[in-house]
Amino acid sequence: MNKIPRFVQLTASCATLVFLLIGCGERPQTARPPAHAQAPYKGTSSHFVAPGWEQGNKASWESQLRSRMQNTQNEYSKVH
Amino acid sequence: MARMKFVCDTERCIECNSCVTACKNEHEVPWGVNRRRVVTLNDGVPGEHSISVACMHCSDAPCMAVCPVNCFYRTDEGVVLHDKDVCIGCGYCSYACPFGAPQFPSQGTFGVRGKMDKCTFCAGGPEDNGSEAEFEKYGRNRLAEGKLPLCAEMCSTKALLAGDGDVVADIFRTRVVNRGKGAEVWGWGTAYASRQAGQPNVATEPKGEKP
Repeated sequence: MNKIPRFVQLTASCATLVFLLIGCGERPQTARPPAHAQAPYKGTSSHFVAPGWEQGNKASWESQLRSRMQNTQNEYSKVH
Repeated sequence: MARMKFVCDTERCIECNSCVTACKNEHEVPWGVNRRRVVTLNDGVPGEHSISVACMHCSDAPCMAVCPVNCFYRTDEGVVLHDKDVCIGCGYCSYACPFGAPQFPSQGTFGVRGKMDKCTFCAGGPEDNGSEAEFEKYGRNRLAEGKLPLCAEMCSTKALLAGDGDVVADIFRTRVVNRGKGAEVWGWGTAYASRQAGQPNVATEPKGEKP
């Protein structure tokens, strides 16, 4: 009565094998920017650069973006 | 710095499409390509919600996983970009993406698909920052100008948040904590004398004399 039909056993084994193959076949996503790509904190020669940060200084760029987020997207910083 | 992410607050989105227009204009996106779209669920039914959808710059991007020529890459800030010079326009990324972010221009002869185009988080592409070549292929590089994606900056209700994931999460959490949940979000406590978040039930307050 408790015997699992052979067909079910075979199907379960095949499904397990397929899922293992899929999982082990995933390539890690390690793609890096092309060598010639510039990081955004390097800045640009554009005339429309936002003032208040130093081009080429990563910490300055990050601080600029964070403060811009708080000033433009978070109205609670103004209201409360 | 945490990864750059988008979040769209569906309680605030009013389907104005400012984000769509801003993106289209800023990057001079070709006809037929919609880098950003606003999707409305239960349109016309009370309780409808809208959400602005574009590339979500996934941490485990399916487009990157399926690309046969490996034209996708991720910047140090977590922005998923691709190199149009390597792209062959096969369309696999479009099939794989759950958000429909990869788009293909419709202007090719005999239905030629052309190079894939998608939201770049206003980070341009592998060309030099702010160069003419970068603008023609990928649109404007606002991150290199110390700015944020224009869709989020132009959002009329600030439903769309974009930037450092930690700051985005912090802003969104502040909103949720302050506005409550469910019916309280719409101010029903004021309209129908039900309990507002943290406020006493208006119906139990002593009533003044009627004129």
